[in-house]
Amino acid sequence: MSSEMIAEYEVSHGKAKAFYERYERKDELQHQTHFCPGCGHGQTHKMLAKAIDELGIQNRTILVGPVGCGVFTYYYYDVGNISAAHGRATAVATGVKRSRPESIVIDYQGDGDLAAIGSAEILHAANRGEHITVIFVNNAIYSMTGGQLAPTTLLGQKTATSPEGRNAANEGYPLHVCELLATLEAPVYIERVGLGDNKQIMQAARAIKRAVENQVRGLGFSLIEVLSPCPTLFKMTPVEAQRWVRDVMEKTFPLGVFRDRTKEAQPRALPEAAPALDRIPQILGVANEDLPEGNPAVHDETAADLDLAVRVAGFGGQGVLLLGEVLAEAGLDAGLEVSWLPSYGPEMRSGTSNCHVRLATRVIDSPMVTNPDVLVAMNEPALRKFVKSVHAGGWILYNGEEFPADCEQPGVQVLACPFTEIADALGNARAGNMLMLGALLEMTGVLRDVNIDAALKRLVKNPRWTELNRRAIERGRELMRESRL
Amino acid sequence: MAYVEKQDRGQLRVDVEECKGCGLCVEACPPKVIALGERLNHYGYRTAAYKGTGCTGCGICFMACPEPGAITVMRIVNRARSVEQCMVGASECASN
Repeated sequence: MSSEMIAEYEVSHGKAKAFYERYERKDELQHQTHFCPGCGHGQTHKMLAKAIDELGIQNRTILVGPVGCGVFTYYYYDVGNISAAHGRATAVATGVKRSRPESIVIDYQGDGDLAAIGSAEILHAANRGEHITVIFVNNAIYSMTGGQLAPTTLLGQKTATSPEGRNAANEGYPLHVCELLATLEAPVYIERVGLGDNKQIMQAARAIKRAVENQVRGLGFSLIEVLSPCPTLFKMTPVEAQRWVRDVMEKTFPLGVFRDRTKEAQPRALPEAAPALDRIPQILGVANEDLPEGNPAVHDETAADLDLAVRVAGFGGQGVLLLGEVLAEAGLDAGLEVSWLPSYGPEMRSGTSNCHVRLATRVIDSPMVTNPDVLVAMNEPALRKFVKSVHAGGWILYNGEEFPADCEQPGVQVLACPFTEIADALGNARAGNMLMLGALLEMTGVLRDVNIDAALKRLVKNPRWTELNRRAIERGRELMRESRL
Repeated sequence: MAYVEKQDRGQLRVDVEECKGCGLCVEACPPKVIALGERLNHYGYRTAAYKGTGCTGCGICFMACPEPGAITVMRIVNRARSVEQCMVGASECASN
């Protein structure tokens, strides 16, 4: 009989499979976490790992980690991992879930991350009802940085930056994230749990599993706030810190379910996955097949190094930015290095506006054009503003009958023409910028008409301008040729 | 019959190199069969130690422990048979 009575045991509670066997962190410490003894992050990590195991979703889980003590999620969880910038985990999780709707996206954040710098992100992700699960670990303090006051710090709680205790008159009141989000329509499940005693811990584990399960069922946004001890910065033993969570913290942050629409919520169909990266140019209409093939630049034949810096300036509405953009786009078409940097004030029309354009055979160091080779001045104020910046040997194209005598610079060539009037005669005064572009092209001889045609095709979609632009550019070239005679 | 009574429902294993000696399991354990040991581990922590008997296999200590694998709880699997066996002539087993 006795042989039959020897008990056999099997593991009922062991390390979750969602954790790595060993953690690729500091040399010696690959078998334990980086958390301080008694940290609530450890317990929350285990609950989440257990939920992942039990729901059988390890191979399709993507965990978005925070900045803070929880930052090393990627060392511990054997799932897909992304580390987000401080506070942006919900925004990143939104993107991941939308582009990979079949994955289970879990967003893990602390209170300094989610409730302070990330408060906008969480609010709007919740308001949009993103299909993600948020685990929000609230320990009422900034832990990783040394115990500063967090939005969730309790009134009267002493921290490094509130040595007299949090004072509502100075630092405001603790932020109640669950209550705040529960005022929104979209969230499906919001619950606050604690790690204050055995009962709370078991409830926390159930809540976390439920929040993940909601996503598996396709119900919508779920958030679990976990009141968590930080023995190190509470300056308590782990057991004291745990009791403090139960006896003190819970008074400010009552536990409970703040939103549960899991019964009414209908599983929503998964959105269509985002297109693959290589299809995006096609969708945007900039795929290679749409573009004219190789229009080599003129300079190739001369094989000289090209570095052309152009400043285009005028009033908003004159087509200042478009002129620069066409130039840069055509340069791109010709296989040059280009940059286009617009600069304009807040005015809609008639404010000053200018842009910097560079075309070069070598990599461009800076998009700023301080001393241009060519200044395209579309009115007199623009001319006066930038005339001194043109270096000797450069050109000024001036939109006006007569070049002001006091603006003449030694060694700078000038073409002054009433481009706007000529454009008006051609059909539309707004084509003045294309006339000036034509003159510029003729003068520099850098780009070919095919390059310009390709650029215009991409930038000016409305076909009614095509013919006029072409004529304006041609007329601009003529004006430049005539001036040289 | 005394032999049957000694079969604990649970067993406990502590990985002394992973345990950080926070003591949360000691606090959490309902039958109070865990204590912090006298010896220090490699990192200087007094780690948790099972007293040797009395584990019920409830798993609370595992949930309270912040380390992923410091505690492993095991449950008896042939208990049904044990109970069957002890049903032969013992009412004490009902409390087991």
